[in-house]
Amino acid sequence: MITYEFLQNYWWLLISVLGATLVFLLFVQGGQTMLISTKDAAYKSMMVNSLGRKWELTFTTLVVFGGAFFASFPLFYSTSFGGAYWLWMIILFSFIVQAISYKYRQKEGNVYGTRTYDTLLFINGIIGPVLLGMAVAMMFFGAEFTVTKSNILNPQSSAISQWGAGHGIEAIFNYKNLLLGFTVLFLSRVQATLYFFNNIDDSRMHQEMMPGLRLNSILFVIFFLAFATMLLTSDGVSYKNGVAEWVSYKYMSNFLEMWWVLIIFLAGTVLVLYAIGRTLFTKSFRKGIWYSGIGTVLVVMSLFWVAGYNHTAYYPSLLDVESSLTIRNSSSSEFTLTVMSGVSLLIPFVLAYIAYVWYALDRVKITRKEIEETIPEEKY
Amino acid sequence: MENLISVIDWSRAQFALTAIYHWLFVPLTLGLGIIIAIMETIYYRTKDQKWLATTKFWMTLFGVNFAIGVATGIILEFEFGTNWSNYSWFVGDIFGAPLAIEGILAFFMESTFIAVMFFGWKKVGPKFHLASTWLTAIGASISALWILVANAWMQHPVGMEFNPDTMRNEMVDFWAVVSSPMAVNKFFHTVLSGWTLAGVFVVGVSSWMLLKKRNANHCYRSMRVGGWIGTIGIILTLATGDGSAVTVARHQPMKLAAMEGLYDGAHGQEIVAFGILNHDKRPGDNTEPYLFDISIPYGLSILATHDANAFVPGVNDLINGISFTPQGDTINTVSYAERIAKGKEAQTSLEKYHKAKQNGDTAAMESHANELKANFNYFGYGYLNSPEEAVPNIPLTFYTFHIMVILGGYLLLFLIAALLFAYKREITEKARWANLFQRLAIITIPLVYICSICGWVVAEVGRQPWTIQDLMPNSVAISDISAGYVQTTFVIFAIIFTALLAADICIITKQISKKSKENLDTAK
Repeated sequence: MITYEFLQNYWWLLISVLGATLVFLLFVQGGQTMLISTKDAAYKSMMVNSLGRKWELTFTTLVVFGGAFFASFPLFYSTSFGGAYWLWMIILFSFIVQAISYKYRQKEGNVYGTRTYDTLLFINGIIGPVLLGMAVAMMFFGAEFTVTKSNILNPQSSAISQWGAGHGIEAIFNYKNLLLGFTVLFLSRVQATLYFFNNIDDSRMHQEMMPGLRLNSILFVIFFLAFATMLLTSDGVSYKNGVAEWVSYKYMSNFLEMWWVLIIFLAGTVLVLYAIGRTLFTKSFRKGIWYSGIGTVLVVMSLFWVAGYNHTAYYPSLLDVESSLTIRNSSSSEFTLTVMSGVSLLIPFVLAYIAYVWYALDRVKITRKEIEETIPEEKY
Repeated sequence: MENLISVIDWSRAQFALTAIYHWLFVPLTLGLGIIIAIMETIYYRTKDQKWLATTKFWMTLFGVNFAIGVATGIILEFEFGTNWSNYSWFVGDIFGAPLAIEGILAFFMESTFIAVMFFGWKKVGPKFHLASTWLTAIGASISALWILVANAWMQHPVGMEFNPDTMRNEMVDFWAVVSSPMAVNKFFHTVLSGWTLAGVFVVGVSSWMLLKKRNANHCYRSMRVGGWIGTIGIILTLATGDGSAVTVARHQPMKLAAMEGLYDGAHGQEIVAFGILNHDKRPGDNTEPYLFDISIPYGLSILATHDANAFVPGVNDLINGISFTPQGDTINTVSYAERIAKGKEAQTSLEKYHKAKQNGDTAAMESHANELKANFNYFGYGYLNSPEEAVPNIPLTFYTFHIMVILGGYLLLFLIAALLFAYKREITEKARWANLFQRLAIITIPLVYICSICGWVVAEVGRQPWTIQDLMPNSVAISDISAGYVQTTFVIFAIIFTALLAADICIITKQISKKSKENLDTAK
């Protein structure tokens, strides 16, 4: 029996899949942060071309993630985007400049020079993961907003979602949010290295990247542990029978009460660590990106689930607990979710053609020779 | 209050700025994608290397244009949330769905197959490559379909009901949203105008190369494909423009009145072919609306209703609630003053409904819900203080509409001439006037962009002050942010987008100049 609650849960599941896929695909941003410090032109060219064939997937996933949130949980869309104005605007500015940088960086007449576009890619590489991580962190640690739907009848101050004066700036300087932001950043750098190992066939380059992988892995683990500790000891908002209240150790309780989520979280963590460890200690191992990718998707999905399931408010309000957003009070209507669910049946088909194209383009690995022999119009 | 007005104005300015910049690139993507796909199909069927060279020439320009289209597009989706957050809640239940479907069905298709298009020449087979090129072009059109369905719904909201409990509109009929005549006309009118623009672009660039005496064979090949797509595009754009006029007359009569600068309508209403507005004219006064005009008898009645004798209401008629059927019967008798009163009644009913709900008075709830339902069609008017607030900017709507129509007529003639030019090579190569035509073709490129932008200005300015026609004015759709914030982001957008546009134009011109010197009768 498909009930309204089932549809709300289903759409939260889809949001979690999109969010998790986005975090995985942020390896593109991680790779961009490495370009500016890569002195060897051949290495740089191989890295840019490797990333350049994937950046649109990351970009599109971000756009679809936003669109899916708008369609399924419009109150989150109106509250978070309209409220944390600066946070989202800075994210968007960084993605705008990314979208042209690959195509323009080597083109004659690009006005600002290759270095400018590489700098823009670096900026997007840093800002994208950090701020997207912070935006997700607000789903656990809360934000300064209130929701009063009756405001819509007051023409002088009609906004139903109102925020504190910082409008997202305060979230950027919140150390809890920063922990997740930097976790995502270093994860993206780790995954970028694993992706290059898999996608570029150049053993000398792999060797030179090892120290970077080691350092990024250590930083990732430190930030991840700090974030996990913070999450497990944090309060969260629980809602039952229409009443919302702050509850101590809410997210730890969610993990324990939804044991299957805990298993997925741990399995994902183990997969990421396995990918890193085996790549570092087995010279010929090149498939780390697949293990860490699956691990990342599992961990991020489980984080979305502890944020939204088990009677938990996935967007706690620090100003008025009753304003906190839940998957029940912020979703679209039953009819809309039903229509959208019908459309979502096409997602496996979409995933299948993406996987096939990925395979078709990547089955022959990028080599120095290939890049040298490719005409300028067919490479970045 | 001043700050509120300022936030509204800056939010509108920011959306207009980002939408116009985005629209500079989208139509070329829509049309050039089809043109490239046709060229590659010819190559696939003939295995003739010169068609491969021609395909790759235009594909390079397509790629540069596509990238900046993507860059300018992402912001539009998110601006609904950042700057129009109340709107996102009030109609997110309906508006969000097309956006999400656009993402799932179209964006992934475009972003996946464009990678094959550019990097797959040696990695996949020719059939798979050709399919990828077509899927990229089709993906762009599917993307346009869903965003235009969403836009059409804002112009003519259908398939929904207001839910007083959630205080928002909720979808009840998805098919009505997708298949509304406004959506169907808007989709074809907009996408086909992209074909027109791309056709003119191809003819214009080819003409420049002919002037420079470079790659004549490639130019004539390109002009034939571009000329056909452009000609088909402009003919169907004009045809669907007619359909658009009928739907606008039916559902947005105030917009139609503004498009024509028409204050007092008549049976057998003439249409102004060319005119200069009297800027001192205000609704309700006796001033002449035009300083000068050349009109075509019965034109507007035919355009709006396909009936030469039909009554077309003007601004004053609409404000006063006067309209007539072709038989002379009075209809549309709800004046704007009454609409405002009914809108305020609807809002009061909603307020009372919630008070009754708090008190658990179900009988009162039902009564207020019925009152609300009776007046809901005028809900948005309750936010207005005077009927004049419901009148859009007439000069801007009037002039952009007339520029669009005049340029549209010119483009039809130009593209037919371009086809003749392309197919009668033995004549045009030797003709003295060929240079003149080629120069005209280059000048026509900016003209087609002006025409295209004017179309959107008519559509969006003409429906002011509504974010959602009759239901939500701009003043209630905005986010709770200060004018200073929006001013700052407006300036940042203006700088970034202008800088990107400069780079885009420089790269495209440089690429045309460089590649036109290569031999385009053999592929690399």
